[in-house]
Amino acid sequence: MITTSVESQAELTEAERLQAMQLEHVWREPSGVVGWFKAAHHTTIGKRYFVTAMLFFLIGGLLAGVMRLQLAFPEAHFLSNDKYNQFFTMHGSTMMFLFAVPMMFETFSVYLVPLMVGTRNIAFPRLNAYSYYLYAFGGLMFYVAFLCNTGADRGWFSYVPLAGPDYGPGKRPDFWAQLITFTEVSALAVAVEIIVTVFRLRAPGMSLKRIPIFVWGQVVVAFMVIFALPGIVLSSTMLLLDRTCGTQFFNPAVGGDVLLYQHLFWWFGHPEVYLIFIPGTAIISTIVTTFSRRHVFGYLVLVLALVATGFMAFGLWVHHMFATGIPQIAESYFTAASMMIAIPTGAQIFCWIATMATGKVVLRTPMWWAIGFSFTFIMGGMTGIFVASVPVDLQVHDTYFVVAHFHYVLIGGAVFPLFGAISYWFPKVTGRMMSERLGQLSFWLFFIGFNVTFFPMHLVGIRGMPRRVYTYPPNMGWTRLNQVESVGYVLLFVAVLILLWNMIKSARSGVIAGPNPWSAGTLEWATTSPPPHYNFLHLPTVNGREALWDAAPNQPVVVGLAEDARSFLTTRTLDAEPDGRDEFPAPSIWPFWAAAATSLAFVASIFTPWGITLGSIPIAITMIGWFWPDRQPAERRRAREIWPSE
Amino acid sequence: MMLAAVPGFDGNQTALNPVGPGAAHIEFEFSLIFWITTAVYCIVLLTLVISIARKRHSLSVIPSPIPTTPESDRTARRSVAAAMIATIVLLFVMLVGSFETSRALGSMNPGNAVPIDVYGHQWWWEVQYPNDEAYKTVVTANEIHVPVGVPIRIHGTSRDVIHSFWAPNVQGKRDLMPGYETEVLMQVDQPGRWRGQCAEYCGEQHAHMSFYIVGESKEQFTQWLSDQAQSAVPPSTPQAAHGQQVFLTHACVLCHTIRGTPAGSRVGPDLTHVASRATIAAGELPNTIGNLGGWIMNAQAIKPGCRMPPNQLPGSDLQDLLAYLETLK
Repeated sequence: MITTSVESQAELTEAERLQAMQLEHVWREPSGVVGWFKAAHHTTIGKRYFVTAMLFFLIGGLLAGVMRLQLAFPEAHFLSNDKYNQFFTMHGSTMMFLFAVPMMFETFSVYLVPLMVGTRNIAFPRLNAYSYYLYAFGGLMFYVAFLCNTGADRGWFSYVPLAGPDYGPGKRPDFWAQLITFTEVSALAVAVEIIVTVFRLRAPGMSLKRIPIFVWGQVVVAFMVIFALPGIVLSSTMLLLDRTCGTQFFNPAVGGDVLLYQHLFWWFGHPEVYLIFIPGTAIISTIVTTFSRRHVFGYLVLVLALVATGFMAFGLWVHHMFATGIPQIAESYFTAASMMIAIPTGAQIFCWIATMATGKVVLRTPMWWAIGFSFTFIMGGMTGIFVASVPVDLQVHDTYFVVAHFHYVLIGGAVFPLFGAISYWFPKVTGRMMSERLGQLSFWLFFIGFNVTFFPMHLVGIRGMPRRVYTYPPNMGWTRLNQVESVGYVLLFVAVLILLWNMIKSARSGVIAGPNPWSAGTLEWATTSPPPHYNFLHLPTVNGREALWDAAPNQPVVVGLAEDARSFLTTRTLDAEPDGRDEFPAPSIWPFWAAAATSLAFVASIFTPWGITLGSIPIAITMIGWFWPDRQPAERRRAREIWPSE
Repeated sequence: MMLAAVPGFDGNQTALNPVGPGAAHIEFEFSLIFWITTAVYCIVLLTLVISIARKRHSLSVIPSPIPTTPESDRTARRSVAAAMIATIVLLFVMLVGSFETSRALGSMNPGNAVPIDVYGHQWWWEVQYPNDEAYKTVVTANEIHVPVGVPIRIHGTSRDVIHSFWAPNVQGKRDLMPGYETEVLMQVDQPGRWRGQCAEYCGEQHAHMSFYIVGESKEQFTQWLSDQAQSAVPPSTPQAAHGQQVFLTHACVLCHTIRGTPAGSRVGPDLTHVASRATIAAGELPNTIGNLGGWIMNAQAIKPGCRMPPNQLPGSDLQDLLAYLETLK
């Protein structure tokens, strides 16, 4: 039994039309150029996150294309060694810090989570706007430096002492370290917003066991962000201090330790990989459910698998450091822990197959991407067993075998789900369907191109080709395989072009989607496409895991919230029973200025330690502006309070 | 012990053509994981494709969601549980294989091993054969001669940034880190030249930092070692004598050692027996007189960023210098 929300079922009554106008008035985003910078609704910010992250994906992809051209011929001089080292560092850093995490975590959670839990905005909307601007400024800084020939060139990991003051002259590693600061602050902000949104703003009835799996995935990621990022906050800050303030954390000549950096980095770096693909697997769960036309098989197993993956992610960082020479007992522990990750991941895969095998599979474009995901991601998981085993890892570590492995995991585990998610949620965001024909064409091109590009890397790695080499001798038996890889890149390039063309064309002239074109079960499909700025005319209540599929014929809606203010309902964390109401803050220009001031301090600190000291003054000023109390909401809040004496 | 190359991987820098017990142990575990994961991959994806093909629904209409009950999912639940048990069992097999391989690698007898010191530099390898009598210590670069069938104890560290010592036909890699000393036991069982390469990104010329492990018979090795322990032969022709003067009066002497002459700096490779080595520039170029001349004139054109500066020598000086270096067998 499918019921969708009131809007789609029947004409609005006169009262509802008035209510919609009132909400529209209260929630409208400020207009004009200045208004653009004030916007604070999660759908607005989410779209900006998407466009920005997509842009960085394209730039990172173009950098890869230039590298593939260089590597297509042995001893080529198309790129100098200096340029190549910048290109691969920029490619890795862009894809990890400016594309993958902002796309899979920030973009998707900011846009979708408030809709999926049935509330009107994300918790702390101004912080959300701040996080976006900080991310955008960080990326901008990184690429301005690159265009000034100061692109980071010490690898996306920037190991010391290579990136330290003695062997990394100039400002290149400093820009890399500050990029980390920008993106980590922005990711931490979104993590807090998502946890509060999911724990406190869910629709009544959406108890823990009814939270959509996609939302569970993002919550797990949010917690991982909070626990993983301090590792890299420390390591990149200590690196910057070594470089600008003369501290000696990593200088072995005076008792510093180069291995300490690696432990801190990978304490973050391994969970980083998981916080890229956990949203991916959560997207796959969503797509598989909708296109198998049944409740997902093994909901509890899938949720526990996500949570378990999140926990285990923190127990395997040392497998990136096996070659440093680890005591045998630690080797055994980290090998076992690394292999154990196959258990929750395997459980998820088996549950998806069970869902498809017992459902009715509809092979639309998003489902094709989910199938492509299975082929590539599972392959990445299989090669993961090779690198988990210490002895085998000692042979394949830092070779093209590992390059193949993590592209199968990350493109398989994040980009395939991402493209699936684009075709799945495009109708919700734009109100129009994407072309099915172009969608499947881009899928097949991408799937074939991906395997042609990355499969030979396994072979060339076993033939002994190390990573991060700007060229190689002609007689190593690597040339032909590298050329095949470069041809594969062309296919990937064309596939992405078609996908972009499909998005642009469909946004203008696609078939009108309606609120729920896939007749899916989660709450974002209960409102119009695109959603209004108040998200839902009637805040929904929930009666089952797939809110729309399980809704009772007369499923109640939330009533009693003030409609002349940005009110929202808070509910209890466990059972989502209503327990209060509050108001979202109004859109404001201050988060933008605060982000600008913060960026100024971060960039200045690359050049002088005083950057942080003096830079904190404008930050303080903008923060005061941001938190300056507003008379009206305070009075409204007072008026609502019930005093015992009154 | 398996000492067989996998077809297509019979090169001198591949993990699947082991020439020593270390690489052979690893190849065994590699094969074990390869066959298990390949089988699992095929079975899982075949199941996926069959499930989709059997349950495929037309594209035009999206059907209503089907109701599910615990009873209707019973078969699926059993299948998933069985698949999970199989996963855990197979993981355990591979895990035990991995432990066994690690144990085998760690159980080589270090007692009579030949000690060799390896130091990573940006971007070349310094190799020393320590001797109790310090003057007999052999210092060379980028070429590690070893006797076959005898355990070797590589003791290594780095003089600057982190490098990784890796000759895949012989043994897995080991990072050389400044501030840390490390030790690897290995053994070469087949005579030949086995190529190795730095595997940890170490800056501008990481791509050109290779070396050769030269496996030779015990007699050849002993002979080589005693030759290398000698000081350089004094120049015997006027041309070579002038070449030596060129060496000692130009920038060369600031970085290189030639034992038996006043040149004693340790910044660059020891050149006492440079003519006995097969390659120059860390394995990048064959050691011919033409390559050596080009390298001396402008190493930056060959290996941009390397520590060797360009040297503008008059033609005759260069010829004499090369003639001298050629005598350093």
